[in-house]
Amino acid sequence: MNFLSLFVFIPMVMLLGLWLAKGIKGIRAVMVAGSSALLALAVYLTVIFLNDRAAGQTAEMLYTASFSWFEPLHICYSVGVDGISVAMLLLSAVIVFTGTFASWQLKPLTKEYFLWFTLLSLGVFGFFISIDMFAMFMFYEIALIPMYLLIGVWGSGKKEYAAMKLTLMLMGGSAFLMCGIFGIFYGAGGQTMNIIDIANHTGGAHAIDLAQQCIWFPLTFIGFGVLGALFPFHTWSPDGHASAPTAVSMLHAGVLMKLGGYGCFRIAMYLMPEAANELGWIFLILTGISVVYGAFSACVQTDLKYINAYSSVSHCGLVLFAILMMNVTSCTGAVLQMLSHGLMTALFFALIGMIYGRTHTRDIRELSGLMRIMPFLAVCYVIAGLANLGLPGLSGFIAEMTIFVGSFQNADTFHRVLTIAACTSIVITAVYILRLVGKILYGTCTNEHHLKLTDATWDERFAVICLIVAVAGLGMAPLWVSDMITTGVEPIINHIGHTASTSNPFL
Amino acid sequence: MDYSQFLYMHEELSLLAVITILFLADLFMCPDKKSGKGTFNTVLPVLLLTAHTLLNLLPCSEAYSAEAFGGMYQYTPMMTLVKTVLNVGTIVVFLMAHEWLARPENRVKQGEFYLLVLFTLLGMYFMISSGHFLMFFIGLELASVPMAAIVAFDKTRYESAEAGAKFILLALFSSALLLYGISLVYGGTGSLYFDEIGILLSGESLLGILGLALFITGMGFKISLVPFHLWTADTYEGAPTVVTGYLSVISKGSAAFVLMTVLMKVFGVASLVETWNTGFFWIIIASITIANLFAIRQKNLKRFMAFSAISQAGYLVLGIMDGTAQGMTALVFYLLVYMAANLGAFAVLNVVEQRSGKIGMDDYDGLYQTNPRLAFLMTLCLFSLAGIPPFAGFFSKFFIFMAAFKAGFHLLVFIALVNTVISLYYYLLIVKAMYIKKNEHPVEAFRSDGYTRAALFICTAGVVLLGLAGVVYNFIDGFSYGIN
Repeated sequence: MNFLSLFVFIPMVMLLGLWLAKGIKGIRAVMVAGSSALLALAVYLTVIFLNDRAAGQTAEMLYTASFSWFEPLHICYSVGVDGISVAMLLLSAVIVFTGTFASWQLKPLTKEYFLWFTLLSLGVFGFFISIDMFAMFMFYEIALIPMYLLIGVWGSGKKEYAAMKLTLMLMGGSAFLMCGIFGIFYGAGGQTMNIIDIANHTGGAHAIDLAQQCIWFPLTFIGFGVLGALFPFHTWSPDGHASAPTAVSMLHAGVLMKLGGYGCFRIAMYLMPEAANELGWIFLILTGISVVYGAFSACVQTDLKYINAYSSVSHCGLVLFAILMMNVTSCTGAVLQMLSHGLMTALFFALIGMIYGRTHTRDIRELSGLMRIMPFLAVCYVIAGLANLGLPGLSGFIAEMTIFVGSFQNADTFHRVLTIAACTSIVITAVYILRLVGKILYGTCTNEHHLKLTDATWDERFAVICLIVAVAGLGMAPLWVSDMITTGVEPIINHIGHTASTSNPFL
Repeated sequence: MDYSQFLYMHEELSLLAVITILFLADLFMCPDKKSGKGTFNTVLPVLLLTAHTLLNLLPCSEAYSAEAFGGMYQYTPMMTLVKTVLNVGTIVVFLMAHEWLARPENRVKQGEFYLLVLFTLLGMYFMISSGHFLMFFIGLELASVPMAAIVAFDKTRYESAEAGAKFILLALFSSALLLYGISLVYGGTGSLYFDEIGILLSGESLLGILGLALFITGMGFKISLVPFHLWTADTYEGAPTVVTGYLSVISKGSAAFVLMTVLMKVFGVASLVETWNTGFFWIIIASITIANLFAIRQKNLKRFMAFSAISQAGYLVLGIMDGTAQGMTALVFYLLVYMAANLGAFAVLNVVEQRSGKIGMDDYDGLYQTNPRLAFLMTLCLFSLAGIPPFAGFFSKFFIFMAAFKAGFHLLVFIALVNTVISLYYYLLIVKAMYIKKNEHPVEAFRSDGYTRAALFICTAGVVLLGLAGVVYNFIDGFSYGIN
């Protein structure tokens, strides 16, 4: 048994343990043990991965293993990791770990909550270790469906509406995706579902004719793009995030939305390079709209979670934007942005959840002067905000800088104009973040009830500090991560081989 | 005459033996009408049927196929496999029927229930194994006439009697169409043997095309495909819940499989394949879309399941497209998985109905609060029906789409896929009712009896394991065959 499969195996054991666990203490014990084990495993993986790369192992995927599953259909359970997936696994492990602490006090139906939560993380981990399209798609869907119950049962506000909307839109995306997967599989000869084999096989990915690629590429890209908040398919995201319970928002914005970007890069673009070059410009415009529109929308929201959700649309749009720029720098930036956004959004949602848990309102018009009342949470909130607007020294800066530098390397007017347009989002982000921080944290508290509120408890502090350390760590010492990511990005970019699109009227 | 030929029919014979034993047992052990005491209950039929299933487990060799009586009767491993699947389904139906048959008004007639069900099963056996249209038709009638009787089993209940009447009328009507189609084919070729017709029938003959159309229409009624589905909702609603379960899975599944094998064997000429592909293209789109749209509005869960079953039938027929081996595997696998999930859902519906008399969507509000286990199992089954991993329904849907996609029906697959989203919506409505909605008067907490729990256990095991364990699909694939 390959040790990567432990990422799926541990959540399975956790599910079993939760099933058998008695009382809140048992449940917490299982969750802490399981998520710590996952975190340890992810760290271990990162260390040995870096060592092996340093020792000169240059294979595209390391630690690969494959077991035949549905022999007649050439479906295998195949695992393997490269720099990108290692980074994503690390991110997921951190978020699951902190998410556990962020939902420490959750009631009622604690056991059921953690069961679905663990199932969701099982899907996420499975997705990142798989290199077989079928297994990947299966894990992808496993990660989606628990959201319905997690939001529907434990959420707040318009939870039933939001849960249904989110589930149906994402499932609609996966319907597109399934069609795309069939197209790739049969287009490439119907011999293997393994991504690496399809890409490198002679008569593989490059052999799918362009006409076919031009049908399957949009389907696949939109399929994943729905989850990556691609305009105009992002509308589930604000409602979903606003209604979800804290840890679910964290996991969803922090990790699940990354499945979209990862999938677009790994499946849609990697396996249909010609179509990506040909049609990429259409999606580039759409993602450009996501970036700017998301940021503007965030400016006019009054609900803390909505602000953050639209900010997520903007930042996740930036991920897709960067991968469509198709060079090593921008794509490295995209993965860095996934990491950075994952961490800081999780931090943000955790803090919002904690503030909401005390004040019972998320309306910024009713909040003010929190700095005096709950100084710990307020300071952390400022840090999260600064990371969000890209302050040097925190993770956001590194990611956005890399993305924009990479994007600007494309020498034609079309790409440069779009890059400059997307850059404006940085300014707009600063507007809404600073305005928000000024409004709710400083000033005098107008609500008497808020004066009696307490600051964070130990479990909350622990979760928040973990995330801040990660955000700052990424910001201070980005090189080891970005080098690791670059080793994963390079083969894919070489494979895609950027060429100018013939159908782009703006070139 | 060479009597050893009868040995090829050992499955039918053994089922007949089961029927005979049950018949005798019913004579001597039937509960007394007045005192209600008697030893005859679910155990005996279930045990006998299990023994029958185990004895006739398929021989694991591909070469073992034969025909008897000059080709009237055919025998291939795939047919045995499907029969085994039907057996398992019937066992589950018997298990879940216990609760219903134990009611005072049903106790005295439970023997009749088992016999009638087994006779329909026998009819399906003959249908599956037939190599001649006469044999096929006898099997079909044997499968539908007793069915009308069990649909009307709660004879004192108005809806049940009405459902029975509707069912028998529609069954006769569809049989008439089918017979007309068969007669046209006979007129065109002068033969009723499947193999001979397959050779003689050419794609150009108008008789052949008309015969094909009428044949599909007749079978369309049995499988309840749109536009031949109009009886379904009323019959499903009126019939006893257990019977609805049987009707929606076993009866429908066997008919779908037979439709595939007969089409491949009899109408397997390339140009006719084109014709039925076109026909099914529209039938599938209509079935899936219309049934999905109607299902959204249903308030009675049995009607709801009826429309869900129509749309599932649409997906099932995707496997028939182009008559490929991969399609056959996908169809049989889909059937198996659908059986587990649908019967599981019906087991829950049935036990809740028997205990509380409630069958409306609103009655399920808050079920998780009072009966968490039942609600959880129902959720698993519904997720499987909707095609959510890691439950088996995801795999079966994926494979059936894959088979149709490989056959070149890209647009059809796309439309069907978009429809899965609609179907997810209405399955989630029930999940929402059970978990999220509040209810002043929820179904009271109860403990279901051992038989129902056994049925639920089998179904849940199927729903969880059938997909993840790749061996099942691979095993089925070893026996499937295509037109060529």
